[in-house]
Amino acid sequence: MEPRRPSRVIDPKVRKVGFFTPGPPPDRTRSGPAATTPTRNQSPVSNSLSPVMIPPARHASDNLSRAVGMPVPVASQLHAHPPADSLQVGSYTPSDSVISASPTRSPSSRIGLDGEFSEDSINWMKRSNSGRISAARPTGGPDLKQSVEALINVAEGNKPGTTSGMSAPAQTSKPVNKPNQKKDGPPMVSSTIVPERKGGDKPPEKDRKKDMPPPRMQFDDKSRVEKAKKRSVTKQTEARNRVELFRHLPQYERGNQLSDLESKFFQLDHVHPAVYKVGLQFLAGDIMWSNTRCIAMLQAFQKVIEDYSTPSEKTLARDLTSKINSSVSFLIECRPLSISMGNAIRFLKSRIAKITLAQTESEAKTFLCSDIDRYINEKIVLADKVIVRHAVTKIRDGDVLLTYGSSSLVEMILLHAHELRRQFRVVVVDSRPNLEGQQLLRRLVEKGFSCTYTHINAVSYIMHEVTRIFLGAASVLSNGTVYSTVGTACIAMVAHAHHVPVLICCESYKFHERVQLDSICNPDAIAKVPGRTNNCLDDWAGKENLQLLNLAYDVTPSDYVSMIVTEHGMIPPTSVPVIVREYGREHLLI
Amino acid sequence: MWWRSASFILDKNDSFLRDDSETRLLSPPPSSSMAQTLDPNLTISPYYQTRAAHHGVVTSDWLAQAHAAAGRDTATPSSEPEASLNSIGSDNSFSVIDEFNNWRKQPDLAEAVAAIRALASVIRSSQATTMMELQNELKTASDSLKSWDMTSISLTAGCDLFMRYVTRTSAVEYEDFDSAKSRFLERAEKFGEISYKARKIIAMLGQDFIFDGCTILVHGFSRVVLELLKTAAENRKHFRVLCTEGRPDRTGLRLSNELAKLDVPVKLLIDSAVAYSMDEIDMVFVGADGVVESGGIINMMGTYQISLVAKSMDKPVYVAAESYKFARLYPLNQKDMVPALRPIDFGVPIPSKVEVETSARDYTPPQYLTLLFTDLGVLTPSVVSDELIQLYL
Repeated sequence: MEPRRPSRVIDPKVRKVGFFTPGPPPDRTRSGPAATTPTRNQSPVSNSLSPVMIPPARHASDNLSRAVGMPVPVASQLHAHPPADSLQVGSYTPSDSVISASPTRSPSSRIGLDGEFSEDSINWMKRSNSGRISAARPTGGPDLKQSVEALINVAEGNKPGTTSGMSAPAQTSKPVNKPNQKKDGPPMVSSTIVPERKGGDKPPEKDRKKDMPPPRMQFDDKSRVEKAKKRSVTKQTEARNRVELFRHLPQYERGNQLSDLESKFFQLDHVHPAVYKVGLQFLAGDIMWSNTRCIAMLQAFQKVIEDYSTPSEKTLARDLTSKINSSVSFLIECRPLSISMGNAIRFLKSRIAKITLAQTESEAKTFLCSDIDRYINEKIVLADKVIVRHAVTKIRDGDVLLTYGSSSLVEMILLHAHELRRQFRVVVVDSRPNLEGQQLLRRLVEKGFSCTYTHINAVSYIMHEVTRIFLGAASVLSNGTVYSTVGTACIAMVAHAHHVPVLICCESYKFHERVQLDSICNPDAIAKVPGRTNNCLDDWAGKENLQLLNLAYDVTPSDYVSMIVTEHGMIPPTSVPVIVREYGREHLLI
Repeated sequence: MWWRSASFILDKNDSFLRDDSETRLLSPPPSSSMAQTLDPNLTISPYYQTRAAHHGVVTSDWLAQAHAAAGRDTATPSSEPEASLNSIGSDNSFSVIDEFNNWRKQPDLAEAVAAIRALASVIRSSQATTMMELQNELKTASDSLKSWDMTSISLTAGCDLFMRYVTRTSAVEYEDFDSAKSRFLERAEKFGEISYKARKIIAMLGQDFIFDGCTILVHGFSRVVLELLKTAAENRKHFRVLCTEGRPDRTGLRLSNELAKLDVPVKLLIDSAVAYSMDEIDMVFVGADGVVESGGIINMMGTYQISLVAKSMDKPVYVAAESYKFARLYPLNQKDMVPALRPIDFGVPIPSKVEVETSARDYTPPQYLTLLFTDLGVLTPSVVSDELIQLYL
């Protein structure tokens, strides 16, 4: 009825949903190829491509060559690049790599192993189809060539620039050099939005650097793994008997990271003690769920900011950003970031970038600290309350609700509905190796719920009595795909087959504009069955033909999700990019 | 619905030994098929009553029954809002609900427009002197309207839209109170025009999809769909229409009447003959009482059935709805909505032991719909949520 906000559609016949930001489309050669980087769904900056033109399968070889800075189509230049480029090579992007699962708690905590996303599902499929990793040729079509070529050229231009530019101010010590570049991915994106708004008159080189996230770690390439290991702060021993199919992901044993890290404490003087403490807690598995980790990290950053004082001849914004970068890379070493943490860091960096020279240091610091508080409050605490209110309207008397694992948000919803005196039953589905459903079960039974407890093997047996399913999520990706604890996809699919609605409860700060896959973690956890003295898998490592695989996350396609409950309301899975578009822009503008 | 699970049986056995309060956990959700004689709280939906009066061919028996039921039931709901209204504006006996009903009775007026006109009349007759007071009055009136008929989505949407306009623009500093009032009234009038134009836009967009020689199935009596077919006929398109009978309102009879006046070849089907005729049908056109956040629609009973058949036979289902019908509801299944009941007259007496399913509407999920024709353009179902988010941003 009232005039709508001006439509951002350029061509009225084409509705562009979810992939675009306003603003002059940047120069094609610059950000176009950058848009077609490993992350298939573009970062908000690089919007010059239409949503339809998502370049098809770029696969292992692309990543490989890009990572090494080799132009793919031109084989002759295959070895032309100086090894200096390989500095960039060994990096993996944490923010699009690992996610903590909010519902996952593991007694044998998956330290630093939790996951790594492969670039894209098509990539992964091609590899699995081939059965072995092909490091060779690109098979992208001729129309791909140009974009790939342009990308490679950009990448080449990038490498030396990025290596020197980003790492110099950031790091004092070498070990964290590589991880620092990893972090540049998403923050580059957000900080690029700011300069674009200011007129985009930065040198193209710099923009290009910022637009392209550094390529991912290739764990199947021995040389790069070696280099990464040399540079890492914590030592992670690779798992024996790695599973061939998942070689693109890190497979480590539970190592001695904790003691290693402790011994290095006095060497890591660039890390603030609060950050160090939080890192150790992550490593040891004391802080587990995605929300808790995010809050702990942000509070540690608050302390960093409070204790910070600008060194002479440096601007507050730049120096603080680099300090945050180093802290973040340290945290990544301890345990890779979740998507929610990545978003929070991006928010923080955009806020830092907004600090003008006009503000005094103490003003800026209080401003930042209060911003962080506000972020935590709005995005997590208040958002949870609103979500609970929305979700409770979908619980009626006589319902049988199913939940999987242990999600704090789902627990809050159930408790609130109980307070409202709704009459319903709960089915708690659990799975090995962590059996976190038992904690939830204990808490619910104490409050007087009538519960049923079952293992995931029985889910199809119990599904026909269930009326609704409430699940938590670690993240929701841009096409409505839900990234959550392993087993969630299974539950959702069985529910779909029985026509039971699946409700995902997720705060909007966990939404992500990328699309990702699977992850692997500590295999020893599944070899141990608690309570059994005679574990037949005790010496599994000795057997050559036996490989253990312990996946931590899985991905539920959007077809199986009926609705996503966020603090903005109940939305269908197709509307996730709308929320990312609308609300993602807001907090950058303010 | 009876649950067949093992755990249910075990629990049931246990519950016989335990207190009664436990069994409530196992009882199925209260079904809306409870006749109103058993549960006086479930009233007849006034919205569907009005629609029946406008669009259906009704028998005198039905009318008598409806009046009896209405007389028994409207005593409860309307007294509360009227009481609250009277307690606030006790010096004037103005009732927004009466006003609304007056407007609503006009057959050509959209429901949301009637609601907004009723609210406009609240403004006109208001004696408030400050903006806050006026806003409060409006809010009370809007709430009472909504609670009087909870089943009408356009009503809720219309009230919400107007209230949003008022609250959003009431903080304008330079404006004095009277000019603000007149601005609201102007806006209310304009909304009537907009909604009327909306129908024209939809008709224009939709008639492009009708090609010469096609056969269209229409269900329910939607003024928008009628407008669409009229426009197509005026543009000299040759098509023929199959109408479902639309029991119990018999909307099909009314529609076929109208179409016959336009010289469009019409064929009437009984509701059960839809699958039988689906082979010769090229497309299905329906209106909507409400479009929900998932992209699905809430419409007259029978729409879901027809969409299922159409989908399984690969026929497109097109929905014609104005944009003010977009609502922030999200039903997960058929029973997840506010029940809207209306009495059904079978022509013969039914024994009292027999239950009758009297729901007037059903929910069609978005996967069965092909396109939505709205005044915002031709949309796919997933865009509805996009528009709603933008609107309520």
